[in-house]
Amino acid sequence: MDPVLLVASIMVSATPILLAALGEMVVEKAGVLNLGVEGMMITGAVVGFAAAVSTGSPVVGFLAAALASAVLSLSFGFLTQVLLSNQVATGLGLTLVGLGLSALVGAGFEGVRAPGMGKLWIPGLAEIPVIGPMFFRHDFMVYVSLLLVAGVWAFLKYTRAGLILRAVGEDHESAHALGYKVVRVRLAAIFFGGACAGLGGAYVSLVRVPQWTEGMTAGAGWIALAIVVFASWRPLGVLIGAYLFGGVTVLQLNLQAAGAKVPVELLSMSPYLITILVLVIISARGVHGAPGSLGRSFHASA
Amino acid sequence: MIRLEKRPQPSRLWTIVTPLLAVVLTMVVGGIMFALLGKPPLEAIRTIFWDPLFHPQFASYSRPQLLVKAGPLILIAIGLSIGFKAGIWNIGAEGQYIMGAVTGAAVGLAFYPSESVLLFPLMVIAGALGGWAWAMIPAVLKTKLGTNEILVSLMLVYVAENILASASASWLRSPEGMGFPGSRNFKQWPAVHNDELIANTGMHWGVVCAFIAVIAAYVLMARHIQGFNIRLTGEAPRAARFSGVTPARIVFLCLGISGALAGMAGLFEVTGPAGQITIDFNSGYGFTAIIVAFLGRLNPVGILLAGLLMALTYIGGELAQLMLGLPGASIQLFQGMLLFFLLATDVFTNYRIRFAKGELA
Amino acid sequence: MATLLSIRGLTKAYPGVVANDDVSFDIGKGEIHALLGENGAGKSTLVKMIFGLVKPDAGEMALDGAAYAPAKPSDARRSGVAMVFQHFSLFEALDVAENVALGMENPPRPRDLARQIREVSETYGLPLDPTRTVGTLSAGERQRVEIIRCLLQNPRLLIMDEPTSVLTPQEVDILFQTLNKLRAEGTSILYISHKLEEIRALCDEATILRLGKNVGTCTPREVTARQMAELMVGSSFNAPEARAGEKGEVLLRTDKLSLPAPGAFGTPLREVSLEVRAGEVLGIAGVAGNGQDELLMALSGERLAPAGTIFFKGQDVSRLGPIGRRDAGLLSGPEERLGHAAAPNMSLTENAVLTGARREGLVQGGFIDWGKSKAFAEKVIERFDVRTPGPGTAARALSGGNLQKFVVGREILQSPDVFVVNQPTWGVDAAAAAAIRQALLDLAAKGAAIIVISQDLDELMEISDRFAALNEGRLSPARAVAELDIEKIGLMMGGAHDMEVAHVDG
Repeated sequence: MDPVLLVASIMVSATPILLAALGEMVVEKAGVLNLGVEGMMITGAVVGFAAAVSTGSPVVGFLAAALASAVLSLSFGFLTQVLLSNQVATGLGLTLVGLGLSALVGAGFEGVRAPGMGKLWIPGLAEIPVIGPMFFRHDFMVYVSLLLVAGVWAFLKYTRAGLILRAVGEDHESAHALGYKVVRVRLAAIFFGGACAGLGGAYVSLVRVPQWTEGMTAGAGWIALAIVVFASWRPLGVLIGAYLFGGVTVLQLNLQAAGAKVPVELLSMSPYLITILVLVIISARGVHGAPGSLGRSFHASA
Repeated sequence: MIRLEKRPQPSRLWTIVTPLLAVVLTMVVGGIMFALLGKPPLEAIRTIFWDPLFHPQFASYSRPQLLVKAGPLILIAIGLSIGFKAGIWNIGAEGQYIMGAVTGAAVGLAFYPSESVLLFPLMVIAGALGGWAWAMIPAVLKTKLGTNEILVSLMLVYVAENILASASASWLRSPEGMGFPGSRNFKQWPAVHNDELIANTGMHWGVVCAFIAVIAAYVLMARHIQGFNIRLTGEAPRAARFSGVTPARIVFLCLGISGALAGMAGLFEVTGPAGQITIDFNSGYGFTAIIVAFLGRLNPVGILLAGLLMALTYIGGELAQLMLGLPGASIQLFQGMLLFFLLATDVFTNYRIRFAKGELA
Repeated sequence: MATLLSIRGLTKAYPGVVANDDVSFDIGKGEIHALLGENGAGKSTLVKMIFGLVKPDAGEMALDGAAYAPAKPSDARRSGVAMVFQHFSLFEALDVAENVALGMENPPRPRDLARQIREVSETYGLPLDPTRTVGTLSAGERQRVEIIRCLLQNPRLLIMDEPTSVLTPQEVDILFQTLNKLRAEGTSILYISHKLEEIRALCDEATILRLGKNVGTCTPREVTARQMAELMVGSSFNAPEARAGEKGEVLLRTDKLSLPAPGAFGTPLREVSLEVRAGEVLGIAGVAGNGQDELLMALSGERLAPAGTIFFKGQDVSRLGPIGRRDAGLLSGPEERLGHAAAPNMSLTENAVLTGARREGLVQGGFIDWGKSKAFAEKVIERFDVRTPGPGTAARALSGGNLQKFVVGREILQSPDVFVVNQPTWGVDAAAAAAIRQALLDLAAKGAAIIVISQDLDELMEISDRFAALNEGRLSPARAVAELDIEKIGLMMGGAHDMEVAHVDG
């Protein structure tokens, strides 16, 4: 196996989960547990695919996917933040709705090929031997995802808005007492998380596969949720987690292709087993950094 | 601007009204969706909700299907509802359902071609144990290490699906199947065939078990101290510990019950309506049962009704696919919307809505 | 003295209760103005209106002559009104500087802010490290964060809601020096409290609220505490009867009981040794967060203790859970009514089963006898005068005082041999508090041993025979109440081993 190709394909394989997990991390930092990542990803996958095929432009596809999933996530936001429904149940509902919706929308797109995405060679860096083809000859979304990681990190650490978002997630009662708009902050975070999940989903259908099949995200959204825990709610941790996971996926696919003497089913289930393993290790170490108000409904009383 | 005012206690009336309201809203929005798909909305709604029971031509076929589909949904949802009451979110029932089916079938096939009357009960027990054991994985991890049961139970669904694929393709494959994937057909093996108990009713052992589970769950939750402890744990975990409830024991109890019931449902399905272990014998009942549990307000009787309603949408959906060319996925969306509307209208149960000037917090 | 804030006719009604009814008064410049009243008199609502958290139904305010109607707290802050909350609006996982920044309208850059925090904390004698995580601070230090947050905005009016309820007497002295310094600089302070002596020592003027109405304004130094108390309470209530009597054998004893902290921000118990005899009330004082909750959980059996540390009637019960200890006769009542002592959404009947299941025989062969359970709940309601429509009512529908009467009554009616209770009258109106204290004394008179953990010193002095204090999870040796004065108590509460003495410049 060519190490250059390996690294390059790990980056591609990790990008969807990276995007989704980064968005979910921001949502959870604001104190909201949205279990509907899978549903938003699959919606992004189908809408992005449909838009890209119809217009011939992957960029339009990504934008449409982000918008569609963000709008869908607002339904979750409305239910949990305004109507105060249970976040766990509503997140599950969002996933079920997303799966159904995507199957419905995508029925006409089975077997169609997505328009190709050009590779963006980073000037100067792409020509470096070995390093260049590994890291600097990817499609633009890979760079967008990395920039987003840096952006979210800086936002949370250095900006006042980021501080307010963290405060809302830590203790919504106190944030409210100080006059911050808990519900609005959370809706904004949910919207961002939805957009990120949509981008991640569209990356699966437009770049990774690239075509549309029903249920094609195959649990990536759930893995993204696990990665947020793994990352202890830190952007850099999300990056590491997503790339580790991308590595495992690529390795098992390569082993399958190489006809390794391991049952195919064992290889296919390995990403999920490893996710469980990671969750176990993290929890054994003791979960650190979970926002204080995570998953709790906020109702301003008097 | 609307303002919510918490009720001193949940409204009894709204507890009953919200599921009905959710059904009506789903019909309205579903109708609009069908119209957008270019299908006649009223006819589609009628095909889904009415025709399976009363259509002169199809009803005789589809009526028994109601119990066939409702049986596993109710059985699984009853188990899930007990855990949800305690705040234990087992969303991997699909995996427990698959593992119950695979374990039970494997035990049965080990005795092929025995005609012992003990074999079927043995398989049911094995199925329950298979589901139970699969649910014990998240239970042990949660109690010993504090690992999140939502993610673990869900990841285990994907693992179970791969085990099912492997069972169907290799180690449970029928030696007489000419190399095709899939186990021996239980329908051709009278000792273990979970056949209809009364012809043309769809009533099989799984449905009987589902009814028993409804009654047992009702008694457990309403009268027994363990049911009280389960509810208490969900309502106020600290108060439960103060009362003397051991949280770990509740986790094992709840995940154990739901795993065993889902495993049994899988075994009944594979020896009955499905007939054999195949890579896709499971039709997502484990996930739909989550909707059933919520739609039934986590109440055993409610779940019985919700299971029947959800079964109706399955059959109606197939019928609509056949007669109107409605896409199969639309029924999945339909079910998802039902859950969404239920959660949305649930606000009326716990809050009064006031229309007043005010600001969004 | 020139008027800073003038309040005219403020009225605010909630469904079923008028929180403030036509309240008017003035706060002068450079004045410390007390707002006095019992729990539920409407102090919090009034203050929330001044701070822009609640909008009045009627009435108006003027700040320095200009109309003042803050729609949100940031409006209030911009106008120069700052507030220190009773329950701090702090974020445990964030550091001091971040917490301060969140309470400011236009915080400076982080480095400048840290410098300013150090400056202000030195000027006013409130030592504080800007980089510390708030979750690791004591209650007194947390209050400093709130105060510094306010002071950095150079407020014209500083509102303080029950600031001394979390402080040791020594810390109270430091706070008063800070407040006097602020007054000298011309800052007005609205000081909310129900502690009369404190108000007499500190405040220039006092406005007294009862049932939402302004029932009088006075100059605290010129009237007696008794006069203020009469205004505040309105009617008299029964003070607990003094009792005498021989104390019996030791019923509960702990021997160097140590337990690690339950969570990241909990307090470990360190070698807690105590004993309590039949017929005796042992009072345990301490500032919030010094291990009160942890001690109760260790004694109730919610957290098991190492073998050989807790003895009930001579038997080692350290490894018994709540059910085993209850069976033996050791009962308890946690501080948090909703969520710990009672399940908020469950009915009173169900909440009666919560602890009464076995001692009252409400469960037979695993099945709950709902009829009997309801009868037990009704008995508690009747004997403890719990105001509620009936035993089917959800616990959260009850007022704090009524629910407290229910959860305390639930345990007392089970005739415990030992009863451990944390904050039995917290947030309860005076009449209910007196009833609960009387019930505790009656129980002791019948030969039970009682441990009362409380942050209300007056309460402890009133009902305890002996007195001890918790500080950072350590329990001082118990002393007879008769030997104590406020100075000694303060030293016990402060954990005399590591007193931090801060001084104020100027």
